[in-house]
Amino acid sequence: MATDDVDRSRRRLLTAAASVVGGGGAVVALWPFLSSMSPSARAQAAGAPVEADISQVEPGQLIRVEWRGKPVWVVRRTPEMLESLDDDRDLLRDPDSLIASQQPPYARNEYRSIKPEYLILVGICTHLGCSPTYRPEVAPADLGPEWPGGFFCPCHGSRFDLAGRVFKNVPAPLNLVVPPHRYLSQSRILVGKDQSEA
Amino acid sequence: MSRIIYVILGWALLGVGAQAAGGHGVHLDHAPVDIQNKASLQRGAKYFVNYCLSCHSAKYSRFSRVATDLDLTDRQVEENLIFTDAKIRDPMNVALRPEDARVWLGTAPPDLSLEARARGADWVYTYLRSFYLDDSRPFGVNNLVLPNASMPHALWKLQGWQEAKYKAERGPDGHEHPAFEGFELVTPGEMSPKEYDRAVLDLVNFLVYLGEPAQLQRKTIGVWVIAYLLIFFVIAYFLKKEYWKDVH
Amino acid sequence: MNRALTNLLGWIDARFPLTKLWDEHLAKYYAPKNFNFWYYFGSLALLVLVIQIFSGIFLTMNYKPDAELAFGSVEYIMRDVNWGWLIRYMHSTGASAFFIVVYLHMFRALMYGSFKKPRELLWLFGMVIYLALMAEAFMGYLLPWGQMSYWGAQVIVNLFGAIPGFGPDLAVWIRGDYVISDATLNRFFALHVAAVPLVLVFLVIAHIMALHEVGSNNPDGIEIKKNKDANGIPVDGIPFHPYYTVKDIMGVAVFLILFAIAMFFIPEMGGYFLEHANFIPANPLATPEHIAPVWYFTPFYTVLRAVPDPFFGVVAMGSAVAVLFFLPWIDRNPVKSMRYRSTLHKLNLILFAIVFIVLGILGTKPATPLMGEMAVRFSEVYFLFFFVLWYSSRTRSNGFSLLLFVLLLGIVTAYDFVRATDITMNLVSISWLIPALYLAIMLLLPIFTDLDNDRPVPERVTS
Repeated sequence: MATDDVDRSRRRLLTAAASVVGGGGAVVALWPFLSSMSPSARAQAAGAPVEADISQVEPGQLIRVEWRGKPVWVVRRTPEMLESLDDDRDLLRDPDSLIASQQPPYARNEYRSIKPEYLILVGICTHLGCSPTYRPEVAPADLGPEWPGGFFCPCHGSRFDLAGRVFKNVPAPLNLVVPPHRYLSQSRILVGKDQSEA
Repeated sequence: MSRIIYVILGWALLGVGAQAAGGHGVHLDHAPVDIQNKASLQRGAKYFVNYCLSCHSAKYSRFSRVATDLDLTDRQVEENLIFTDAKIRDPMNVALRPEDARVWLGTAPPDLSLEARARGADWVYTYLRSFYLDDSRPFGVNNLVLPNASMPHALWKLQGWQEAKYKAERGPDGHEHPAFEGFELVTPGEMSPKEYDRAVLDLVNFLVYLGEPAQLQRKTIGVWVIAYLLIFFVIAYFLKKEYWKDVH
Repeated sequence: MNRALTNLLGWIDARFPLTKLWDEHLAKYYAPKNFNFWYYFGSLALLVLVIQIFSGIFLTMNYKPDAELAFGSVEYIMRDVNWGWLIRYMHSTGASAFFIVVYLHMFRALMYGSFKKPRELLWLFGMVIYLALMAEAFMGYLLPWGQMSYWGAQVIVNLFGAIPGFGPDLAVWIRGDYVISDATLNRFFALHVAAVPLVLVFLVIAHIMALHEVGSNNPDGIEIKKNKDANGIPVDGIPFHPYYTVKDIMGVAVFLILFAIAMFFIPEMGGYFLEHANFIPANPLATPEHIAPVWYFTPFYTVLRAVPDPFFGVVAMGSAVAVLFFLPWIDRNPVKSMRYRSTLHKLNLILFAIVFIVLGILGTKPATPLMGEMAVRFSEVYFLFFFVLWYSSRTRSNGFSLLLFVLLLGIVTAYDFVRATDITMNLVSISWLIPALYLAIMLLLPIFTDLDNDRPVPERVTS
C-alpha cells in the first residue's frame, strides 16, 4: 500500500465535506422526532381557548372555568374592592406588576385587567401550585386586621390581594398569573387567546 | 315437476354463486383520483358532510385538519361543514349511536376515515354508482359491488333511481346464466349521469385524502430528502474513491 | 487542544479499553480487500436495526397497547402527532427492508461458503438472529390491531395448537386467553418493545465478535490469514477503518435513497409492506377473504400449506427453517466460494434462489388446486436442495449418484401415490417432472459430464 503520494489535503476536504453534509442531514433528520414530542393536534384541541359566559356573575362573586387543565377565576369586583387596591401597596412585593412574565401587557396596570370590574386569574399559587381560597371579606379573625380582601393559599400561607398581587414575606415569589384573554362581547370572554392575535 | 324444481334450484344456486362471486368478480371502474385538486376535495367534503356524516363517522379526522389541508378558513368550515355543536378542532364524529344504528339500519355504519384506503378508490367509486332498485331489500335497493349491502342509496337525490338489467348468457357449463348488462336510469335525479359521476369522483377524492391526509406533503418532502441523499452520495463516492487509491 | 484530547484519551484508556477496541475491531481489523456488492448487507442490517429501534421508541411514546385503543392510537400517530406519519412509515418500511437486507446477507453466505469452518458458530448466531427477527416482526405486526394483524396472529398461534398433546395448552399459554385478545396484544407489546430488541442487540454483538475472532470470508473463499507479511498482517487484508468505513458509508447513502423512495412514495408497496385489510379494525367475528402473512414469511407459509395435515404441516414449516441451521454440516465441500465450485453447484444455488422466491409468491396467492400442487413441488425441490448440497460435498461415484437419484425420486413418487386422488392424478403426474428434472440435472448429469467438477482455488484473492 503506497502511502507516500497520498493527497492528504484532498482527503481532509472530502472527509470534512462528508462530515458536514452528513452531520447536517442527521440533525435535520432528528427534527421530526423531536417535533413529535411537542403537543399533538389532540393535545392542542384539548388546550384550545375556552369561552366563558360572565353575564350571570354577581358583584363580589368568583366563578371558575377550566383552561388547559388549570382553574381560571373570573371575579366581578365591587367598587369598594377596586378602591382598596391603592391602599395595600405597602404590603405587596410587586405592586406595579413590573415582572412581565405574570401578565400580558394589557393587564399591566393597577387593576391587572382589561376592564377594572372583572379580574381574570389563573388560580394556581406561584409558590408550589396549590389553588388558593377566595377570601373577599375584609379583616376576618383568622387572617388578621390588615387583610384587605384577596386570596389565601392554605398550603403554605401565601397571600394575594384582590388584583392577584403577592404579599411580601410569604413563600410565593410572584403575582398570580393573568392568562391571555379577550372580550368577545359584554357577556362573554375567551380565555387562552390574546387581544392582539387574529 | 321435479325438472322444474331442478331448474329453479339451479338458477337460485347460480344466483347465489354469482352474488358470492360478485364481491371479487365484479369489474371495478377506474376512478381518476387527483388529490392535488383542491376544488374537487372541497366539493367532496361538502358531499361528505351532507350525505354521509349523519350515519357514518370519520372519527380519526378533525375538522380543523380538513380546513388546513383543503385551503379553507376555520370560519368557512364552521359555517359550511359543521352542522352539529362540534368545535373546529373536534373529530368528525356522528351523533348516531351504534346501538340505535343496529336497530334502525340492521348494522352499525362503519367509520369512513380509512374506507377508501382499505377498499381502494376504484371500489368506492364503483360502489357509489352501483345501487339499483330491488324490492326484496329493506331499503328497496341492492348494490352490484356489495351484494345485499345494508346501506340505503344515500345519494339518490343526486343520481335518481336505476334498475339493473340482465341478459341470459350461455356459460361454459352449457347452461344459461343471467349476466349483468348495465344500469338503466328509471327516475332521474338532480344531476345528469355525467354530473353524478363527477360528484362521486369528488367524494372519492375526498375519501382518498381522508384515508391519509399526510399524502399531500409526503411526496414533496420525499423529493427533498432524495435530493439531499444524492448530494451526500456524490461526496461519499469521491471520498471512497480517494481512499481506495491506496488499495491495489 | 490536541494535548488536552490526548490526555483525555489516556485517562479513559487507563480505565476502559477504548483504543484497544478501536484498534481490534476497526483500525487494525484486517478485512479482505476484495469485498464486493454482496458485502454491504451486514452493515446495512445493523443500520436497519438502529432505524427500527429509534423509530420504534418514538412510536411507543404515542401507541396504546390496548385492544380498544390500539388501532385508534396508530391513526392518532398518522394524523395528530407532529411528523407521526413519517415515524410510522419509517418503521413499517424498515421492517420489510430488514428482511430484504437479511435475505441478501444470508444468500451471500450461501454463495461464498461463509458458513463453513471456522465460521460455523458465526452462522449459528446469524440463524438465531433470523429466528428472533421473525418473532419480532410477527409480534410487531399484531400491534396495529387491524384485521390482518388479528387473523394472522390467530392462524399462527393456532399452529402451536396443532402440536399433539400439549399443543392446545401451549396455544392458550401463548395467547394468555382462549382467543387472540387484549392479553395477547399487551404481552406481544412487551416482548416486541423490550425483550426481543435486547436479545437482538446481544446476538448482533455476539455475531460480530464471532466474526472478528476468525476474520471475514471473501468472494474467493480464501483464508487471508494464511498469507501474512513480515509484520503479521495478511497480505490481502486492509484495515476496516478507513477503507470499509468509507465504503460502507457510500453503501448507506445508496440504501437510504432506495429506503426514502419506498417510505415517501410507495409506503404501502402495493399492499405488501402495509396490507390493505389492516386498515380495517380487528373484528373477531369476520374473517377477511384472504389471509396471507406479510411477504417475508410467505415462503415458509407455502411449505406449511403444502402439507394438508395440521401437525405435519407445522413440522414441515419448522424443518424448512431448521435445516438451515445444519448448513455447515450438510455442505462439507472444502471449496468455499461458488467461484471455484462446479457449474452444477452454481446452477443449484440459482435454482434455490428461484425456488425460494416462487415459494414466496405462492404464499401470497389463494389456495387453488394448481397453486397447491406447485406449492408441494417447489417445497420438495427446496428440501432436495440440501440433499444435493450434501451430495456435492465431494466427488461421488456413478453408482452413488444413480442410487441417490432413484432413492430421492422414489420417495417423492411414493408420496405422490399416497396423496393423489382420482381428480388430482393428472396434475400430479405432470408436475412430477419438476422434482424429477431437478434431480436428473443435479444427480445424473455428473455421471455423463464434467459439470460437477470443482475448479482450482487461487492462493491470493482476485478482485
